[in-house]
Amino acid sequence: MIEKEKIIEVKGLYKKFGDFTANDNLNFDVYKGEIFGFLGANGAGKTTAIKILCGLSKPSAGKISVAGFNVYKQTEKIKKNIGYMSQKFSLYEDMTVKENIRFYAGIYGLRKKYIKEKTIELLDRLGMNDFADSLISSIPLGWKQKLAFSIAVFHNPKIVFLDEPTAGVDPITRRQFWDLIYETANNGITVFVTTHYMDEAEYCDRLTIMVDGKIETLDTPDNLKLKYEANNMDEVFMKLARSS
Amino acid sequence: MPKNKLITVTNISKSYNGVKAIDNISFSINKGELFGFIGPDGAGKTTLFRILTTLLLSDTGTALLDGLDVVKDYKKIRKILGYMPGKFSLYQDLSVEENLNFFATVFGTSIKKNYELIKDIYIQIEPFKKRLAGNLSGGMKQKLALSCALIHKPKILILDEPTTGVDAVSRKEFWEMLKKLKEKNITILVSTPYMDEASLCDRIALMQNGKILSVNTPNTIINNFEKNLLAVSTFNMYKLMRDLRKYELTETVFLFGQNLHYTSKNESQNTDELRKYLEQKQHKNIQIKNIKPNIEDCFMRLMNK
Repeated sequence: MIEKEKIIEVKGLYKKFGDFTANDNLNFDVYKGEIFGFLGANGAGKTTAIKILCGLSKPSAGKISVAGFNVYKQTEKIKKNIGYMSQKFSLYEDMTVKENIRFYAGIYGLRKKYIKEKTIELLDRLGMNDFADSLISSIPLGWKQKLAFSIAVFHNPKIVFLDEPTAGVDPITRRQFWDLIYETANNGITVFVTTHYMDEAEYCDRLTIMVDGKIETLDTPDNLKLKYEANNMDEVFMKLARSS
Repeated sequence: MPKNKLITVTNISKSYNGVKAIDNISFSINKGELFGFIGPDGAGKTTLFRILTTLLLSDTGTALLDGLDVVKDYKKIRKILGYMPGKFSLYQDLSVEENLNFFATVFGTSIKKNYELIKDIYIQIEPFKKRLAGNLSGGMKQKLALSCALIHKPKILILDEPTTGVDAVSRKEFWEMLKKLKEKNITILVSTPYMDEASLCDRIALMQNGKILSVNTPNTIINNFEKNLLAVSTFNMYKLMRDLRKYELTETVFLFGQNLHYTSKNESQNTDELRKYLEQKQHKNIQIKNIKPNIEDCFMRLMNK
């Protein structure tokens, strides 16, 4: 069997805020091209861990590498090699679709000619040509989400972090969004995703459930269902997510 | 008019800058009902609630709550309503207890007088009653907001997306609280983008782009799904999705957790035919079964109509 390439390696990750341990000895690897689900109740410590993996916060202890870079010293290199999208902040509302693409691509230092070509290709693929010069504030939420995702992977990062990317969108758009995720993973980009929709947990190759700062379990959806004698991920989550 | 109708909405519309947020909506809600408004962001749920809570005037139409008109009788309506907006809107720099006291006083009552009604909920945050509301966790804020909305013993409770962004376990707990309140004979209107919460309501309105797609009990809406629905899975779900999209007999195909939900253009198509197609496409471990649709299936079908 071919050894899978590790794109994220986490060994003994601790993060403390005063007396409070937000991340308590996390250990896991994420592989190239994998859709990795990061689940847990509100306050379980997901956001803290994601911030560390994105190079935005330093761990208290642990050996952690992201895209081959060290989270203590090489955070700028990490930032260049990842993409990030959250539900709360995605795009500039008072800039047009094209301007947003150019802005983000520019931040990542992509060449003008390349940006131009890829912008045309992207708008084509999303079927958004008619909206190229529309302000973000004027386009429907579902399109914003799809565009925000496409921009997050525009610079072809090794990993893209998605923080509740589908919150509030209609069920058809939610599924179209997962099509984009599958396509991205198929192209070799690792997808690291959080969600409160338990049906979406089923779409992950592997997933963890965090409880009170610890990783309670980590496996494929099928194995988790077997292990916890559950019919679906919702039941698995119900059994695990509330320890205290 | 049957006497159990507590809320009657007739032909309500509301536009913002020419965009229709609510487009000619009519419905009624019975006394003691737990009624859900289900739909994505932008469906018009919040606008509708703001009209019902007398905070916003509609462009057209009328709405009566317990016989009171939302325009003419707004002062009286406010006395019988409890409202929990989607955004946390209590005083962050007042303590838990101060917030609750404030709302009780505004409505001319006291915590003591109506304690029984909020007891089950408030008891969970009472140990932190000296803490500033701004320093509470999300779940505790929610419980405080609900306590404040209930402290004057309203006839009608209106909750705007109380479970959005809340994890699956906490959501379940919140719905347990609502069930208990319903037993106390409070009529509850609740909006949510989570389709799986529909089954917890007595009746629901499915909303999209300012319109109501359907109003009924969750069961009736499910029984009205006119197509044969199949759950299909194989070893390679991504390939399955692509192959089914290319298949000439496919009417709709949607991802649903560990299965794809599939309807055929040809109602008389038997599953053998579909199985043959998938075998031909080299799928392994093909599972096809007839299933009962859920609310999300129904919602997507109604969206596409």
